[in-house]
Amino acid sequence: MSHGKKIDDVTGVETTGHVWDGDISELNKPLPRWWLYTFYACILWSIGYWVVYPAWPTINGYTKGVLNYSQREQVQQDIEAWKSGHAKYRTQIAEMSLADIRKNDELFQFSIAGGAALFGENCAGCHGRGAQGGIGYPNLNDDDWLWGGDLEKIHQTIAFGIRSGNPKAHDTAMPHFGTDKILDEAQIRDAANFVRSFSHLDVDQEAAKRGSQIFADNCAACHGDQGKGNQELGAPNLTDAIWLYGNSQEAVMQSIRTGRGGAMPAWSERLDPVAVKMLALFVYSLGGGQAEAASASAPAAGADKQK
Amino acid sequence: MNTMDRPNKFLIGGGDEGRPKPPPRQSDYVPRKKIYPKRARGTFRGIKWIVMAVTLAIYYVVPWLRWNRGEGLPDQAILFDFANQRLLFGPIEIWAQEFYYVTGLLVLGALSLFLVTSIAGRMWCGYACPQTVWTDLMIAVERFWQGDRNAQLRLDGQPWTFEKIWKKSITHLSWLAISVATGGALVFYFGDAPTLAIELVHGTAPTVAYFFLGLFTLTTYLLGGLAREQVCIYMCPWPRIQGAMVDRDSLLISYRELRGEPRGAHKTGTTWDGRGDCIDCKACVAVCPTGIDIRDGSQLECIQCALCIDACNEIMDRVGRPRELIAYTTIGNLSNATSSPREGWRIIRPRTILYTVMITLVASLMGWSLLNRADFEFSVIQDRNPLFVVLSDGGLRNGYMIKIANKVEGVRHFKLRFSGPADLQPKFVEFDGTDPTIEVNPSEVRAVKVFLLLSGAQRKELRSDAEPVTIELQDLDSGQTASRATTFRSPQ
Ligand code: SF4
Ligand code: SF4
Repeated sequence: MSHGKKIDDVTGVETTGHVWDGDISELNKPLPRWWLYTFYACILWSIGYWVVYPAWPTINGYTKGVLNYSQREQVQQDIEAWKSGHAKYRTQIAEMSLADIRKNDELFQFSIAGGAALFGENCAGCHGRGAQGGIGYPNLNDDDWLWGGDLEKIHQTIAFGIRSGNPKAHDTAMPHFGTDKILDEAQIRDAANFVRSFSHLDVDQEAAKRGSQIFADNCAACHGDQGKGNQELGAPNLTDAIWLYGNSQEAVMQSIRTGRGGAMPAWSERLDPVAVKMLALFVYSLGGGQAEAASASAPAAGADKQK
Repeated sequence: MNTMDRPNKFLIGGGDEGRPKPPPRQSDYVPRKKIYPKRARGTFRGIKWIVMAVTLAIYYVVPWLRWNRGEGLPDQAILFDFANQRLLFGPIEIWAQEFYYVTGLLVLGALSLFLVTSIAGRMWCGYACPQTVWTDLMIAVERFWQGDRNAQLRLDGQPWTFEKIWKKSITHLSWLAISVATGGALVFYFGDAPTLAIELVHGTAPTVAYFFLGLFTLTTYLLGGLAREQVCIYMCPWPRIQGAMVDRDSLLISYRELRGEPRGAHKTGTTWDGRGDCIDCKACVAVCPTGIDIRDGSQLECIQCALCIDACNEIMDRVGRPRELIAYTTIGNLSNATSSPREGWRIIRPRTILYTVMITLVASLMGWSLLNRADFEFSVIQDRNPLFVVLSDGGLRNGYMIKIANKVEGVRHFKLRFSGPADLQPKFVEFDGTDPTIEVNPSEVRAVKVFLLLSGAQRKELRSDAEPVTIELQDLDSGQTASRATTFRSPQ
């Protein structure tokens, strides 16, 4: 294409110089004025932006701009604002007993919402996003509780953990019947058969009969004569349909052989008291929460102890 | 604007020899020619003053109308409550998810515009469009300070004398004052007007209120005060659409050429025989707010404001010829020298019937759905994680989040019923017992978490891993019910 201006004969308007099909050319009409002015305004705006806001990277930082604006600080301020907006709930939660919060619709809803977020951040790693648990990690939705499922007990478990090293933690241990040579393999098999017979699983009846004595001698102290467990000791109920480590013959034998004892951190060491309370209320709300056992006798005993 | 007087150079055909010399290069930017519309007097000007007064009154008064909705609720009759995602129209409350009602209103508005246009052209543009109303107001103010057309022309021709400076400044100041009032009135539609008014004055209103006040002050000043007819000519899509809306039977403001031509000055007392009625006084051009000559025929720029009718009628009266040389007339009558302007004008024709039917249809559909609209809403979301929970007795539990929205004034009471496989037992998180009464405050959505439990003994009654469940909600006060289908999940 030749350089220099090409003028279209018919209209007298300059063309872009592009020619199609030998004779079709395109008029070079200027941009509409309003468009042009908007464009200039944008350029001015961007210069203003450089002056006012952080814009250019430098070797060891960036130009700060006269406003000294920082998104990070903005977020921090927002979080502070959010916290102070929630302050009235938080002070109430801090002061009230769990049972009273549970009865206060607004506070309960607030706690469940906050607890859900905290759960996702802190608990979901082991218990799963839906609190559905897994092998060795209890399902928190169901109605089976190792250490008790009323509000105070849930709170205590979360606050001090299980075998966490915290002085107030639940801290019991199941003997390693196999590895410590307390029972031999045949006895373990018999005991396992007996344990599984509680929940009418398919067992070797002969072995189960033999196992009943072994159970009475070794296990009943914690799990009870009827295998109903004991929440004081975190000894699970062996008669129900929920098995933390599975209910196959091999899984139960393994439990007897090496003992079981999961661990959970003491969350009061990591989270503030309000957060722990909100978590307790959230876990309680998942569906398995149980009414206070003896609410009439000593309702606030547990709460006082923790304050 | 002056495309009219440029011959269409693209129509010239033939070989190179026949081509005329290229015209001298002219700028592609045509500067706006300032228009000095002269004051018109007459029927249509009168109608326009009334329409202006009524529309402005509606605009300024509506946000101050009150409507009692009860304790703790906004008492503004018409409120666009964006914070709570509601539109309040008196007793009707439109929630965000029902925005289709607003869409319906817009559809109705568009269809009405079509109908009116097919009957009588750009009535909307000429009388009711905010751009027209505010421009008209701005022009009136300008005229008040600077005098009519001739005085303004003289003033603009003058050097910057003290008189010119103060007259111009006071005009712009008045425009700005009107603009502030316009922007100020607009924000009242979005917040409680009396409260907001006090806050605005004390400087304590939300930033967004000031932002929109400023924005609409600016747009009113720019569009109504400065840009005026350019908005209609260059920015508004309606002039482009209207061509498809009118037909031979639509009333359009036209110069009746057959009667007017040949035009020319007329000496009093001489005969009118052999000449047209137009005396070429250009009164019609002088009053035109878009600066066109209606005698050139129907034009995109013409907003059909009818001021040229008034202007010409006045002239015709003065020279003793019949009125309506410029008139609301149909295209059909334009080609007939002897007919009166609206002879044989048919309002009822397929086009108008169609639009009327469509308007009736949409309006009745909306009215029907508005009347039958449930004033509560109810939804059920089943828990997905976990889908089900196995309980210690071998039973199963599913969780559901139920949301109930109360769209009326006053607290309402609801009960829930569940039916599904076997004997499902409900268990509520926030309520004791299996059959609580659920209270929902006005204009509120209440979330209720409920679990359905199936005992281990009944598990064998499950036929599939997703048994149908029906949840029914009953409004205890009115007896209304609604039900939602969901499932009961199991590992079956
Ligand atoms: S006002 Fe009437 S008479 Fe005067 S120029 Fe216009 S059409 Fe002709
Ligand atoms: S031509 Fe007449 S009707 Fe059209 S805009 Fe001008 S004055 Fe109004």
